[in-house]
Amino acid sequence: MEEKKILLACRDVSLGYEHKPLLEHLDLTVRAGDYVAVLGENGSGKSTLLKSLLGLTPPLSGEIDRGAQRAGQLGYLPQQTPAQRDFPATVEEVVLSGFLNRRGQRLRYTGKERSAALMHMGKLGILELRGKCYRELSGGQQQRVLLARALCAANELLILDEPVTGLDPAASQDLYKTLRYLHDREGMAILMVTHDVSAALREAKTILHIGQKRWFYGTVEEYLRDESGRRFSV
Amino acid sequence: MSLLLNMLAYPFIVRAFVVGALVSLCAALLGVPLVLKRYSMIGDGLSHVSFGALAVAVACGFAPLWFSIPVVMLAAFFLLRIAESARVSADAAIAVLSASALAVGVVVTSLTTGMTTDVDSYMFGSILAMSRSDVLLSVTLAGAVLALYAAFYHRLFAVTFDESFARATGVRVGAYKTLLSLLTALTVVLGMRMMGAMLISSLVIFPALSAMRVFKRFRSVVLFAGGLSVVCFCLGLIGSYLLSTPVGATVVLCDLAAFLVCAALGRR
Repeated sequence: MEEKKILLACRDVSLGYEHKPLLEHLDLTVRAGDYVAVLGENGSGKSTLLKSLLGLTPPLSGEIDRGAQRAGQLGYLPQQTPAQRDFPATVEEVVLSGFLNRRGQRLRYTGKERSAALMHMGKLGILELRGKCYRELSGGQQQRVLLARALCAANELLILDEPVTGLDPAASQDLYKTLRYLHDREGMAILMVTHDVSAALREAKTILHIGQKRWFYGTVEEYLRDESGRRFSV
Repeated sequence: MSLLLNMLAYPFIVRAFVVGALVSLCAALLGVPLVLKRYSMIGDGLSHVSFGALAVAVACGFAPLWFSIPVVMLAAFFLLRIAESARVSADAAIAVLSASALAVGVVVTSLTTGMTTDVDSYMFGSILAMSRSDVLLSVTLAGAVLALYAAFYHRLFAVTFDESFARATGVRVGAYKTLLSLLTALTVVLGMRMMGAMLISSLVIFPALSAMRVFKRFRSVVLFAGGLSVVCFCLGLIGSYLLSTPVGATVVLCDLAAFLVCAALGRR
């Protein structure tokens, strides 16, 4: 079987603050078509890991190869900030801003970018909302808008930071369904940080569990046999 | 019409019109991202620092603008860092800094020239404060703000809406925020002598707030805020001429009236 393209790779990476490592000797490879859920208790270093994977903070040691980001193929769904909730901008304006990283210094969006944005909005079922104001949408709709923006930024790898936080169960299920569609049909690789263990076990193919100086990276079946998985998923 | 012609017969009023309209425009444009990013207090802090710097400059005999511009820019840089750091509570730090700068200004002035009309005019503004070089500087500033705004509009939007996404997709967020705060510093220094240190921050905050009540599109918010700000300034200046009231306060009242109208419209 031919090896799929590597989108993101950590080699012997240690993360943490100054001289207090939270996580050591992490090896992780995300390839095209992967679906990885990152689990771990609060304070175990999930957000630090995410920042390093995005290149926002350098790791204490080791090497992170962000191939997808270099190629402009990384989409990111951050957690919402309170300031965003009452932001005066239309859905279309927000979605289009996903193209920024690919466009250099041009002043306007091209027709091609506009039609791609429409296509992504259609795929996520928010096309009819495109003239609406972001702050008037429900939490689930807002997540879809941010997801459409992430799709404008990338078509190989999506990184999601606790995507269902604050959503009601129905909206959460919808979001997982959408992610599954993007993964199965569009071949998008997904890396999702989450607290939602049951959804992670159900949706993802691979689990990265981090906690208390040890980490586990393997398929869902392996995870359920592993000690950290047995403790965490009961 | 004859009223306007009467007013424009005075060169100092013409200068006030030009400088005021341009400063109002810049302040409103910069105000939209500042208000949305919850940095409104920075404008207020800067005006107090600007007052302190002006008082020191007058006391020491420096050229007021050339001394206060770098000082206020430095303060802007500093305030932004404070607002971002999680360690100190930003609002308290900004309040402390503005009060201190104000106190320095007052003490320095009373030790040297005494609390004269000068101080009063710094605090509450004076229409007579605009010189020919101010006009030149504010035209340049307005040109710079407009050009940068147009050139970086989409990036400013991205940084304002979602810093972490912008950062993750490779926008140099820090550079844009620094640019924003430096331009704000320039605007505050230029506008403060006409509007007054106590009132200049309203030029930054009011138009953005009013526009956000009525419009749902970011671009419309920006354009309307800029337009509204210029209109309110002109009305305020005419009002102050008619009623013989201080310009700064009259303009602020116009901005307040516009805000109330917009808030009522937005509620419908």
